[in-house]
Amino acid sequence: MARQIRWKRGVWVGGMSWRDAVLGIAFLCAGCSQDQGRRAENEDGSRFGFGRHATPEQIAAWDIDVMPDGTGLSNGEGTVAAGERLYEATCAACHGATGIEGPNDRLVGREPREGFPFGQDPSFSRMRTIGNYWPYATTLYDYINRAMPFDRPGSLEPDDVYSLVAFLLHANEIIAEHDVMNATTLPAVVMPARDRFVRDNRRGGPEIR
Amino acid sequence: MANKKDKTSLSRRALIAGAAGAIGSTVLGDTEKASGQSPAAQDPTKVLGDPPTSVGERSAHVHLQRTVSRSYPSASSGSPLQDLDGIITPSDLHFERHHGGVPTIDPANYALLIHGMVDRPMMFSLHDLRRFPAESRIYFVECSGNGFRGFRASSFREDLTPQQIDGLTSTSEWTGVPVKTLFNEVGVRPDATWFLAEGMDAAVLTRSIPVEKALDDALIVYAQNGEPLRPENGFPARLLLPGWEGNACVKWIRRLELADAPFMSRQETSKYSDPLADCTARIFSFEMDAKSIITFPAYPDTLSERGYWEISGIAWTGRGKITRVEISTDGGSTWDDAELQDPVLPKCHTRFRYLWQWNGGNALLMSRAHDETGYVQPTLEQ
Repeated sequence: MARQIRWKRGVWVGGMSWRDAVLGIAFLCAGCSQDQGRRAENEDGSRFGFGRHATPEQIAAWDIDVMPDGTGLSNGEGTVAAGERLYEATCAACHGATGIEGPNDRLVGREPREGFPFGQDPSFSRMRTIGNYWPYATTLYDYINRAMPFDRPGSLEPDDVYSLVAFLLHANEIIAEHDVMNATTLPAVVMPARDRFVRDNRRGGPEIR
Repeated sequence: MANKKDKTSLSRRALIAGAAGAIGSTVLGDTEKASGQSPAAQDPTKVLGDPPTSVGERSAHVHLQRTVSRSYPSASSGSPLQDLDGIITPSDLHFERHHGGVPTIDPANYALLIHGMVDRPMMFSLHDLRRFPAESRIYFVECSGNGFRGFRASSFREDLTPQQIDGLTSTSEWTGVPVKTLFNEVGVRPDATWFLAEGMDAAVLTRSIPVEKALDDALIVYAQNGEPLRPENGFPARLLLPGWEGNACVKWIRRLELADAPFMSRQETSKYSDPLADCTARIFSFEMDAKSIITFPAYPDTLSERGYWEISGIAWTGRGKITRVEISTDGGSTWDDAELQDPVLPKCHTRFRYLWQWNGGNALLMSRAHDETGYVQPTLEQ
C-alpha cells in the first residue's frame, strides 16, 4: 500500500520514494475506474467522497450565531444592574463611560427620535447607535458573544452577554430597568429602526440609485 | 498658473503644472539615489553579480509599499495603484482590511465546516479542498468603503494619490473550488436560500450570502497568484464572491451554515448598510458599482516636457465586463475613448490607455467607465 501522499505546495513538506510513487499511481488508477471524476458542475449529481462527517460536538463548538428569531441563543439570563457593573469593567474603556464618549463606536442614544436622517445628513453618520439604527436586538447578543471585548473576544459567559445586552438596551431606552434578558425575552424585543431596513431591490442599467 | 478647482468629479483628476521647466518625475515615485561609488564600480559589465536565491526580492531601487491606516487591529492598507502596471496586484501588495487583526493559522489544523440545511454536515481539510476539481480566475476584490475620501465632502482633498483615494482594491488570480461543488457534496436542501459565512479571525466575522451566489460563481479559494493565500488575505482559505463587496468575501473561512433566512449579523446591519435619503437603510447591496481611476499621470507626478504621454489607469465593475472607458483632458467638455488592454475579463481590473499630446497648458484629466449592463460611472454631483 502506498504511503499517504502529502500535499507538496510549499506548505506541507512530504516525500515519497520512487516505489511509493509507482504504487500510488497504480492505486489512483484503480480508483479512477470507479470514480466519476467529473468537473465542478457535477451534472450527473455525483459526489466526490472527500471530507469527513461533522459530529454534533464539532458543530456545536463553532455554531455560535444567533438569528433574529432567537435560534442559537444560549441558556442563561442577565439583568441591567449586572450589565452596568460589567460594562464599566469591560467596555467603558473603548466605548465611553456612558456609551457615548468613545473613542470607539458610539453605542447609546435615541436621538433623533423622529425620522431616520442618516442618509440625508452626513453629520449623523457617527451618531448611529444601537437605539437609533440597529434593526435587531439579537444581533447585539451575537456580536458581543463572538467579538467583544475587542482584546479578549469570545471570553464572556452567556449570563454576562445577556447582562451587557440588557444594560445596553436599557441605556438606549428600549427595555425597562428590571427587564431580564434571556433566550425567550430577547427575540421579542422590537428595535425602533427595524422597519427602516430594506433589502436591495434595485435593477441594473445605466443608473443605479 | 492657477490650477482649476473642480470639485464635481468623482473620477480621478490630475492637475498638470503648466510652467516650463517642471521637475521631471518617475512613474514609480522614486528617484535613484546617488550611491557615491566610482563609475567603474557601478558598471555591471565589469563586476560579478549576485548568486541565485530561493526567494527573490525586488531591486533596491524599487520601493513599493501599501499605505497603512493606523487603527490596529481593525485596520486596512492600500495598494500602490500608481506604481503598478497591467492588472495584477503583486500578492504582497494586495490591499488589506480586517476587523480583528490577521490571525495565525496552522493549515494542518484547518477545517471548513458546512452544516445547517444540508443532507450531510461535513468538515473539509485544506487537503480535501485541494482534491476537488479546481478553478483559477482573475478577479478584483474591493472594500465596500473604497473611495470614501473622494466621496465625502468633509474629507475631500486634491493632494491625494490614487493609492490614497482608491487603494482598497486589488486584482489577483484566485484558485480554489466552486462553492456549488461543495454544496453538492453536502447536499444543500432545495429550500435553503441563505448561508452564513464565518471566519476564524478575532472578529469571527460573519455575513449572510444568498445561495444563488454560491450556485453562480462563488469560490472557496486557497491560492493567490500561484501560491497559497497571503495571511492578510485569508490564509489558508477564504470565500470569494466575484464582483461583490469585499467584506462579504469572508477571509479565514471556517464555516458555512445553510438556512432559509438571513442571519442579520452586525456586519450587514449596523455596518455595511446604506442609509438613504428616503429615511430607509438599504441592506445586502452586494455588487460593486463600476469605477475607474487614472493612475498616471496622478498626484504628485509632474510632466517634464510637452509631447506624447500615455494616460493610464484601471477600470472595474462588479457586474461583468468593462465595455468602454472615456477620457477627457479638458475637465469633461469633450471625451474620447481609451483603449482597453486585452484581456478584458469580467469582474476584474481592466487597464485602459490613452495617448495624449500635451501642449503644456492647464489640463483637467478625467476618466469615465461603462460596463456591460449599460451602467456609467457617475460624477460626484450625479
